[in-house]
Amino acid sequence: MTEPLLSARDVVQEFAVRDSGGSWGGVVQAVSGVTFDVMAGETLGIVGETGSGKSTLARSLLQAPRPKSGTVTFRGTDLTRLRGRKLLRARRHMQFVFQDPFGSLDPRWRVRSIVSEPLLAYGDGSAGHRQARVDELLDLVGLDPARYAGRHPRELSGGQAQRVAIARAVALNPSLLICDEAVSSLDVLIQAQVLNLFEKLRSELGLSYVFIAHDLALVKQVSDRVAVMYLGRLCETGPGEAVYKTPLHPYTRALLDSIPATDPGAGRATTTLRGEPPSPISPPSGCRFRTRCPRAADLCAEQTPQMRDLGGGHTVACHFPLEKKEPSALKETAV
Amino acid sequence: MSEEALLEVTDLRVAFAAGGQEISAVNGVSFSVRPGETLAVIGESGSGKTVSCRAIMGLLPSTAIVKGSARLRGTELIGLPEPELRRHRGAQMAMVFQDPARSLNPTMRIGQQIAEAVRTHRDVSKAEARAEAIELLRLVRMPLPERRFGEYPHQLSGGMRQRVVIAIALACKPKLLIADEATTALDVTTQAQIMELLLDLQDELDMALVMISHDLGLAASYASEVVVMYAGKIVEQAPAGQLFGARGAVRMRYTRALLDAIPDMERAAHTPLPVVAGRPPDLAALPPGCAFADRCAAAEDDCRETAPDLAEHVPGHRWACWHPCAAGDNSENGDIPS
Repeated sequence: MTEPLLSARDVVQEFAVRDSGGSWGGVVQAVSGVTFDVMAGETLGIVGETGSGKSTLARSLLQAPRPKSGTVTFRGTDLTRLRGRKLLRARRHMQFVFQDPFGSLDPRWRVRSIVSEPLLAYGDGSAGHRQARVDELLDLVGLDPARYAGRHPRELSGGQAQRVAIARAVALNPSLLICDEAVSSLDVLIQAQVLNLFEKLRSELGLSYVFIAHDLALVKQVSDRVAVMYLGRLCETGPGEAVYKTPLHPYTRALLDSIPATDPGAGRATTTLRGEPPSPISPPSGCRFRTRCPRAADLCAEQTPQMRDLGGGHTVACHFPLEKKEPSALKETAV
Repeated sequence: MSEEALLEVTDLRVAFAAGGQEISAVNGVSFSVRPGETLAVIGESGSGKTVSCRAIMGLLPSTAIVKGSARLRGTELIGLPEPELRRHRGAQMAMVFQDPARSLNPTMRIGQQIAEAVRTHRDVSKAEARAEAIELLRLVRMPLPERRFGEYPHQLSGGMRQRVVIAIALACKPKLLIADEATTALDVTTQAQIMELLLDLQDELDMALVMISHDLGLAASYASEVVVMYAGKIVEQAPAGQLFGARGAVRMRYTRALLDAIPDMERAAHTPLPVVAGRPPDLAALPPGCAFADRCAAAEDDCRETAPDLAEHVPGHRWACWHPCAAGDNSENGDIPS
């Protein structure tokens, strides 16, 4: 098997917090031992709710801040061991697109300066060359350079601003784009336009993606493989089709059941998940989902379920996974 | 239908004067809400869905020019003086907003905020208001209501805060609740919890619910009647079952486009979504014809010249289009770009 483009091993990220009085508040276990691979040309979707640690995980990949422990190997180099200039150089092939385009574009800069900044920062080419590259990039993301290069972010719509952020992200020909809720703030018609742009860049530039979002259908649309995250841990990973058609983890099932469907025959959600996610400062022992899980038993509190492969690269961290339809998998689920 | 309507909105128009221009946010909107009904108002940013509802509630700034009529149980709300409007607002109709954190006072205990809402509208003692606030917390399924009474908003999660906001809105058992993107800021599992709660409460209190949303999926799952807005006008209206049924009858191409743009679980990964190019028109310079014409694949000259009126072409189903999609055809017809 070929070497993965990005490989995260047991990534842990924790933050010390203080309570309102300023005294010791505890340690938020934002990411607790996350392991995954992204192959070249592949899109890994990460779904999770607020507080699941998916954004923290994304930032840990970027070493901003560096994870507390674990390794992040990108193009054969362990980023967690690099410092300063070496880290910068390794990171130019890994770029980010954030949720709020207006928050990530300097309001006082014009589009041309915004898109050419990474070229300048990495000392790529002459001024004339940069100018030509900016025009090329704006064309690539579907903005007419003559109309938009001289504008300020406030003169753009949300969708246009996100296109500018994407143009900036691909300016240095990265091999991996990490998108953190990159289309969540856009209206549905504009969202479809931007999703298609991501697909176009994938096929034209051979990009790989880590696509983080809370919207399951959206993640399925863009991903080859999907990872479901809950309270700092991955609970299920696998090929998109398999995870959505035959979810193995009860949490994945609950997430899928919560999606409003566009056919009214489906009516109201069948099962709604009870209660609230526990605090990441004192997560439950064993399986972190057990406090809300309909299948939880004593074992779930005592032992942390390990990720195991139930066939076809479909892995789950659950003592009592839901049954797969194939009879071969049924034997493995009998605990 | 109209004589039994709880809320009857007729030719509602809202414009804002800004920098010498007049921005027409709502351009002649008419709909009615029957008691106990769930109406979904669907549209993108700037379609006028929120402005319409705020106009009905009398919550627009003084720069807004509001025309038309909105009658709640026969009482005309548009142009009603503020003190009188205040009697209706809260008691007869209430509104829940998108961001529960901003709807609550961060420095005040949640129980007191609910009790305050009770005492604003009714002459009850503090002790009675407190008891009622705890009862309201119980009504919105808040665990341990007595303990939660003394907590501050920052101690609660987003879903719990939205429950508090709903409790405040229900303090006077209104007959009409307007939920403006009330679940948009929440996670999908929390959204399902809050929607279930709203529908349960609607049954318990025999209340009409108007849900404003950008999410057609939410409308399909929870609403009985759906109104789709574009550029300040209603472009299609039908019962949800009729609009989204297996042999669905979406006739307006804009509604069709909204449906097609929703990522679908059945669609294979990496297949391009059908998209509509462009973006909504400038509300300060609306075209004389159909506002969607520039983005519509089926647009012809007549679309650009005259705006089609919203008319009831099929019993219960209204649309505003010169060249509607064929009936019963819910297949995609958006443009798939190469």
